Amino acid sequence: MIEVEGISKTYGKVLALDDIHFNTKKGELFGLIGPDGAGKTSLFRILTSLLLPDKGRASVAGFDVVKDYKKIRSIIGYMPGRFSLYPDLSVEENLQFFAKVFKTSIEENYHLIKDIYQMLEPFKKRPAGKLSGGMKQKLALSCALIHKPEVLFLDEPTTGVDAVSRKEFWEMLAKLKEQGISILVSTPYMDEAAMCERIALIQNGRIMDINTPFGITQAFPDELFSVSSDNIIHLVKDLREYQELKTAYTFGSNIHITFKNLPDITTLQTYLEKSGHSNIKIIPENAGIEDCFMNLMQNQA
Amino acid sequence: MEAFIKKEFFHIFRDVRSMMILFGMPIVQLLVFGFAISTELNNAGIAIYDQSRDPMSKQLVQKIVSSGYFELQQVFSTNAEIEAGFKSGKIKAAIVIGKDFEKHFIQQDGAQIQIIADASDPNTASIISNYLQGITRAFQAEKLPNLKLPVEIKTESRLLYNPEMRSVFMFVPGTIAIILMLVSAMMTSISIAREKETGTMEILLASPLKPWQIILGKVTPYVILSFINAMTIVVVAWLVFEMPIKGSFLLLMGEAILFIVMSLTLGILISTVSPTQQVAMLLSMFALMLPTILLSGFIFPIENMPVVLQGISNIMPSRWFIIIMKSIMVKGSGFMYVWKETLIILGMTVFFGILSIKKFKIRLS
Repeated sequence: MIEVEGISKTYGKVLALDDIHFNTKKGELFGLIGPDGAGKTSLFRILTSLLLPDKGRASVAGFDVVKDYKKIRSIIGYMPGRFSLYPDLSVEENLQFFAKVFKTSIEENYHLIKDIYQMLEPFKKRPAGKLSGGMKQKLALSCALIHKPEVLFLDEPTTGVDAVSRKEFWEMLAKLKEQGISILVSTPYMDEAAMCERIALIQNGRIMDINTPFGITQAFPDELFSVSSDNIIHLVKDLREYQELKTAYTFGSNIHITFKNLPDITTLQTYLEKSGHSNIKIIPENAGIEDCFMNLMQNQA
Repeated sequence: MEAFIKKEFFHIFRDVRSMMILFGMPIVQLLVFGFAISTELNNAGIAIYDQSRDPMSKQLVQKIVSSGYFELQQVFSTNAEIEAGFKSGKIKAAIVIGKDFEKHFIQQDGAQIQIIADASDPNTASIISNYLQGITRAFQAEKLPNLKLPVEIKTESRLLYNPEMRSVFMFVPGTIAIILMLVSAMMTSISIAREKETGTMEILLASPLKPWQIILGKVTPYVILSFINAMTIVVVAWLVFEMPIKGSFLLLMGEAILFIVMSLTLGILISTVSPTQQVAMLLSMFALMLPTILLSGFIFPIENMPVVLQGISNIMPSRWFIIIMKSIMVKGSGFMYVWKETLIILGMTVFFGILSIKKFKIRLS
């Protein structure tokens, strides 16, 4: 559905995208995972024909993003990262406006947005600017969907949205996928990667790996352990000072570690006890997307 | 399209600031210009230092004071007081009548009057001294009807179209030009820049809307509102300042619409280079408003400008519009007399229109 071949983009001297390649299939829910400033938004803008790439070519549904930009604009739905609706227009007016812009009506494609819009219905007279973050995002999605696009581009749709709304949002995306809409979504939240069929990990304008979320975690090269103790703050410091470890990253209240050589848990346990830690737990852990991301980042550097 | 226009009206009607600029400002501006910018003289403070104090000099003073243009503030009896009087700011001019005024006047051997005007405001000073000279001359003619000067060229002036020299005739066309420029150009440029700022332009661009549709959708409401504004100003000018409309009202409004469309194309042009509302506003202010006020002949006569500025004033659309407005309103000219100016504005409209559609970016940055 989306084909990207060697796309590069620079802003002045800053390299925003560096030789990006990937393809998505029709009806696929594809995720671009990476921190802020990784180049996700630039890539979205190039694919939605809003920005010209410096090098390479890309197409959406067979249409070239540079040459056929007019065709692309009538088949895509785009939700920019920033809330981009009219804050002084009501929920209903916003939706109506975007329906008209795409020469359709709310009624015609109501089935697509029904589930989402029903949650907004009680507030339909409220100005969009006065909605909560989660509501704004639902309205923006409705507006991007109202013309039944073939491809949906969602740039960081869950940023600034509460946990419950985020979960709801991903459920909605799964439903839209069932309706046959291809979706490209970006997010800085690693835990959301698992909701995608395939993901690309992107950092500093480069794609580090493309695979299914499972495939990516499977490819984690080392044995991973999760360490915890009563004194989490000192624990990080002590682990980082321990020579045998390759990595030590904080994950919530635990620290994920890998060893340089063969794992030696007993020695580590004694070291930590000597350093004054109590209630020490060292248990094997399955690598998550974030572990893989950190690992790939380390390899790149 | 219609959805776009409807949306634009919502934006305008829901924003208090927009409403104020659209409907409050034109009226306020008209009234301010009307009452403040005046080249007519009313009740200017003057002082008299009459060194003769004879019947003839008293009659002259009487004549000056009763003219209605002046208000006698002080009567001096020494030269030193004159200086102090000007410094106090109460008087704009002092009239000194020389000694033995009556005697010299009747003998016709040089009766002396000195007019001292405060030229820190040069305009007023020259008007005052002109008025005073006129009154003195009239006084002389009245008292000595048989006076024959050695060589006399009798000049008779007739002031055509505006015999009372009312400044309202001057500023109403100018004010209409400024307001239409302000509302049309500034408001459109700001409203397009706002779409960029809020990010909605990103969605509009990623939609099947074509540039001309976006532009037309943005501009149409302002054409309508500016047109209503133009009519309001003409009506208020007529009601409050008795501004006549001697020519065709239809022609007047037609020209106004042309000027509005021209201003809108300028507004769009400005918005294409302004990333934010603030930039759009500043650009409109400095690139449009100031030249309109200063170089269009509204306040400063074009004939008095240095040649360079005269050249620049030729590319000021408002210059031509003011000429058209004045011709129609004051002289009652028909289209035959203003077609050249109309053509110039039309040409500018086409030029800026094409330029702004060309410059309107179909992509971000």
